[in-house]
Amino acid sequence: MDDEDDEELQRALADDIISASEDEGGSDDERKHCKLLEAISSLGGKKRKKLTERSEASIQVSEFTVNAEGEGDKIHLSDLIGTLDKTPSALIKTKKQLKNLQHNQSTLETPLTRKETEKIQREVAFEKTSKEVSRWQSVVLQNQKAEQLVFPLNQEPSGPKRIEQVVAGWKAQTPLEQEIFSLLRMNKQPLHDPVLTPTEEASLRAMSLEEAKIRRAELQKTRVLQSYYEAKAKRGKRIKSKKYHRIQKKVMRKEYLKQFDEMVKTDPAAALEELKKMELSRMKERMSLKHQNSGKWAKSKAIMAKYDDGARKAMQKQLEVNKDLTQKLVIPADEDEEDEEESAETLPDFVNDVEPILDQVNPWMRGKLSTEPMMEESNRLHPPVWPREVGKPGEGRDDQEEDEEQMEETEEESLLRGFEERRKLRQTEDVKVSDDEEAGLSNFTSLFHGLVNHMEPPADQPKAGPGLGQGESPALLEEGLVRVRTLEDVELLSQDISASDTALLTTRDLGTEETDTQSATQQADKKRKKMIDPNEVLTKEAKVIEMPLAPTAVEDVEDKEEQRVIIKEAFAGDDVISDFLKDKRKQEEAGRPKVIDLTLPGWGEWGGLGLQPSRSKRKRFRVKVAPPPPRQDQKLPNIIIAEKRDSSIAAHQVCQLPFPFENPIQFERTIRSPVGRTWNTQNTVQKITAPKVVTQLGAIIEPIAREDLIKDIRQAVTGPSINLESDQGPQKKRRSQQKKKKAS
Amino acid sequence: RRDSSGTSRSNWKINTMIMKTNNSIYLCRQSFFPSRNSFFSLIFSIFFFLMESLVCASFIHIHAMKVKVLSRNPDDYVRETKLDIQRVPRNYDPSLHPFEVPREYTRALNATKLERVFAKPFLASLDGHRDGVNCMAKHPKSLSTMLSGSCDGEVVWNLTKRECVRTLQAHEGFVRGMVVRFCGTSFFTVGDDKTIKQWKMETPGYGEEEEPLNTILGKSVFTSIDHHQKEGVFVTCGQQVDIWDEQRSSPIRSFSWGVDSFSCVRFNPVETELLASCASDRSIVLYDMREATPLKKVIMNMRSNTLCWNPMEAYNFTCSNEDYNLYTYDMRYLDKPFTVHMDHVSAVLDVDYSPTGKEFVSASFDKTIRIFPKDSGHSREVYHTKRMQHVISIKWSSDNKYILSASDEMNIRLWKANASEKLGLLAPREKAAVNYSQKLKEKFQHHPQIRRISRHRHLPKSIYSQSKELRVMKEARRRKERNVRKHSKPGSMPVVTEKEKHVVTVVK
Repeated sequence: MDDEDDEELQRALADDIISASEDEGGSDDERKHCKLLEAISSLGGKKRKKLTERSEASIQVSEFTVNAEGEGDKIHLSDLIGTLDKTPSALIKTKKQLKNLQHNQSTLETPLTRKETEKIQREVAFEKTSKEVSRWQSVVLQNQKAEQLVFPLNQEPSGPKRIEQVVAGWKAQTPLEQEIFSLLRMNKQPLHDPVLTPTEEASLRAMSLEEAKIRRAELQKTRVLQSYYEAKAKRGKRIKSKKYHRIQKKVMRKEYLKQFDEMVKTDPAAALEELKKMELSRMKERMSLKHQNSGKWAKSKAIMAKYDDGARKAMQKQLEVNKDLTQKLVIPADEDEEDEEESAETLPDFVNDVEPILDQVNPWMRGKLSTEPMMEESNRLHPPVWPREVGKPGEGRDDQEEDEEQMEETEEESLLRGFEERRKLRQTEDVKVSDDEEAGLSNFTSLFHGLVNHMEPPADQPKAGPGLGQGESPALLEEGLVRVRTLEDVELLSQDISASDTALLTTRDLGTEETDTQSATQQADKKRKKMIDPNEVLTKEAKVIEMPLAPTAVEDVEDKEEQRVIIKEAFAGDDVISDFLKDKRKQEEAGRPKVIDLTLPGWGEWGGLGLQPSRSKRKRFRVKVAPPPPRQDQKLPNIIIAEKRDSSIAAHQVCQLPFPFENPIQFERTIRSPVGRTWNTQNTVQKITAPKVVTQLGAIIEPIAREDLIKDIRQAVTGPSINLESDQGPQKKRRSQQKKKKAS
Repeated sequence: RRDSSGTSRSNWKINTMIMKTNNSIYLCRQSFFPSRNSFFSLIFSIFFFLMESLVCASFIHIHAMKVKVLSRNPDDYVRETKLDIQRVPRNYDPSLHPFEVPREYTRALNATKLERVFAKPFLASLDGHRDGVNCMAKHPKSLSTMLSGSCDGEVVWNLTKRECVRTLQAHEGFVRGMVVRFCGTSFFTVGDDKTIKQWKMETPGYGEEEEPLNTILGKSVFTSIDHHQKEGVFVTCGQQVDIWDEQRSSPIRSFSWGVDSFSCVRFNPVETELLASCASDRSIVLYDMREATPLKKVIMNMRSNTLCWNPMEAYNFTCSNEDYNLYTYDMRYLDKPFTVHMDHVSAVLDVDYSPTGKEFVSASFDKTIRIFPKDSGHSREVYHTKRMQHVISIKWSSDNKYILSASDEMNIRLWKANASEKLGLLAPREKAAVNYSQKLKEKFQHHPQIRRISRHRHLPKSIYSQSKELRVMKEARRRKERNVRKHSKPGSMPVVTEKEKHVVTVVK
């Protein structure tokens, strides 16, 4: 029913539109419109739409007052499924699911309340932002640790700029100039004087300063290792013991075997290659006929063989080796193990083949820049012109040579590693190791590690600054009511402190002594009655010593007696106590002021040999000094307190170890090293006294920008990856290529 | 030597010889003084005095005594200009320069004394407002321009000339906040009349009216405003935190989280999408402009008045609190402040970081300004004058050299950030000397005399007594707590650190 109605309606509408477009007159319009309305009303007489009234503004209102059908009605799921029926196969699946849902009786969980959802949202958002912010950690720590920060950050490098930066639109005008410039341009030469060549720029771009430093450190290390190894090898060579060399060879062989085994497992192709090489060496050996009797050594042995058993054995061995070598291998894979023994002489080559450590990525390790191939091409293109800056055509070959050198270095390193391992083994056997070189090496490696660590990003967790332990850190300022305006005030200030210090000290002392004072006062009266005679007090002790001792355990009394006698005899001359007293008296004497005699003989009197100035005169010119304050140890019989100690100096001395220092020695060292120009050269002084924060006069310091962070991160990614043993694969290939070249 | 003007060759010779002997006198004296044989040196100097008249004889004597003399002719070195100092080759042999520690110590002592003597931080006072100055704004592109808003209108200042450049009546009632756009061509103000106004930075031409570029009428009073570092977006706070686009008249986003009034809102200058605000329910709320909801909230014991982000460390900010302290937080770990900065004796009203991010300055109701190192619990400097009243607003200039404080008594004061610093261009030698003395002070900072002198500050009596009182109170409180702990069951009274004490909760 519905379908038919719809079709009719559409037809009528279409008629209407056509007719409306056909006659423009408009006289029929009304008639037709009525007709249309009639047609419409006749269509579905029963369910004619009511014109809904609208009372408030809403989005869904159309100007024709046409409402969507069933707008106010409730929509059931079944209705939707009904429309789905018509649509073809694709939706069948969802329809099924919906039906299933309809049958499903279990209720859905109520959604979380708004509060809770918001909480979750907040938490997620916070996580996200805090992670984002944490990217700054490394930068912040780096800035904190930095010895000097120059603000504003990211300043342009000072100094003269390049001409091309300053002069933008300069052109070669005269034909001569043009010719010259075209020539220069053809050869990729700098057109303006200070500008770098493209290759140089490329190399600059390829590596930042830090990277360059790291690489230099690497190279240094390898050089040190090399020299170390060389020295070691020399030493090894000088050892005459045959046994030693034999063992050495054996060890080498074993190691090689092990490596070969590994290689068979991991990289059969390479192993096969290796085998081929071995075969090749065997063939060479065979051709050279080294192991027959023709050699110098063999001849000498032959002579000796008649008399010497050892020589004979050696000869036999030689012959055996010869036999082995000259025998052709049937199944090389099985017999290579034996073969290796023979190849011991040529062992270094093989060993070195196994572990070449060259970094494909690292241009320094290759001895070439990464842009080198391009360079060479360009060389080929323009061979004749080679002025000052670019390397000469021979450089390519040089590079190769360098390359080989590098290779050797790495070979040596690999060997060295073997040595190191064995050395560790040997250390357990208490074999003497050359200390100096080792120390130097370890020094170097530690330094190297330090450098690397310095490059590495710092730890993640922020350290809570020294701040407050319990919020009780000492105040930085001492605030008072005294105003300091002049130098005199400052002087007074420093005097004050000594006074206040002593006051503090005394109060502190009072605090500690409080407990003692009471007991002390009780006895004080007795003490005051008579001066203590130190002699009496001290000699009492001496008496005690002389008292016969009650033996704590049953022992030979006679023996003890004897002992005592011996001691007595030995220290017969020593009277410690009286010595001490004498000392004390001497100190007192020294402290007592001396009478100053200012009499000048012969002044106002007769002078000459044997004539003394008169007594009255002597009396007159003798100056008596006021007695010093009583000595501190006056009433302490068995103590000497030095009066010479200058308390005025104490005010200037540090009494407690300040915070960042761990021991007094450390602190003293920092104090002892002078900073000034009197003791250091100009450059050192400048370096030492460089301020921590440098700002430029009149320059606005912007907050740190996000670009810095990105730059920093990039540096961290590309920067320090110093693993000498990384990336062996491509190396090997290169090596094999070289071999091939040699072979061809 | 009297006839040294003589040009004859012989005269010249004699002159040089005398000069050489003088050199030797000097050296000999030096070498003999340490031996403290005063008699001998006396004889010696007399001897050399005589020698001046008998040049040749003295030479013979010197050789006879085998005194080795280094004489250097200044003519050996060619100076670039005649104003240059004669080059003196030095021997750095440590045995020749003994007593290095005592000598450096005295130098350090003198340097600290001089520092205190030259510590005159106050530079100028900008007066002209007719009501208390409520807020200030730095110009992002010009060091010499500064804006200040008072309780009745506002003023633009030129700092180098120390004069008012332009006055305009921006709002009726208080100017609550002002901020300059990142490009420096215009600025925004909010006031008690519920409006946000944007103004041109340039003064209007002759005959033109002083009119705002834009005016936005809000529903409630705005208390603070801040502008984004790079985009045309600004944020205001009042009853809620609103984020506005410059082109629109309604906020593009508003955040509220159970609080009805905010006192301060600030954009993070580094991670430019982050915000933080201080609310009246004693909380600090963090926002991300890109998110629909706020991030986190920390509630403290007392209300925070303002906060400031560290311009060099993206995640650290410091807030000034009503409880006399400032708190530095790491925004990732809000459960306890990174550092508690104490020293003020009244509510702290404003805080601003130095552009280097190493220090910050705080303004307090106790009529002082204090400078704190960012990770130290106590201030390194306190500024005050007799006439300065409650300091309401403070700014650290963006060249790290000056501090501006706005106070209740209608004045803006200009201070040096480093009290004893010599302003202006320094000669290289001067600079080297400053660096050296700085280094010396640092080296000997733990020595009692030096410490005492460098730390001494004058305080007005009221503040001094108040701080003393506070100290006593704190000590008493601590003692009581200790006693209570002593007499209660072990473990029942946990030790709460100073940092933890001030935080109530962290709301997620």
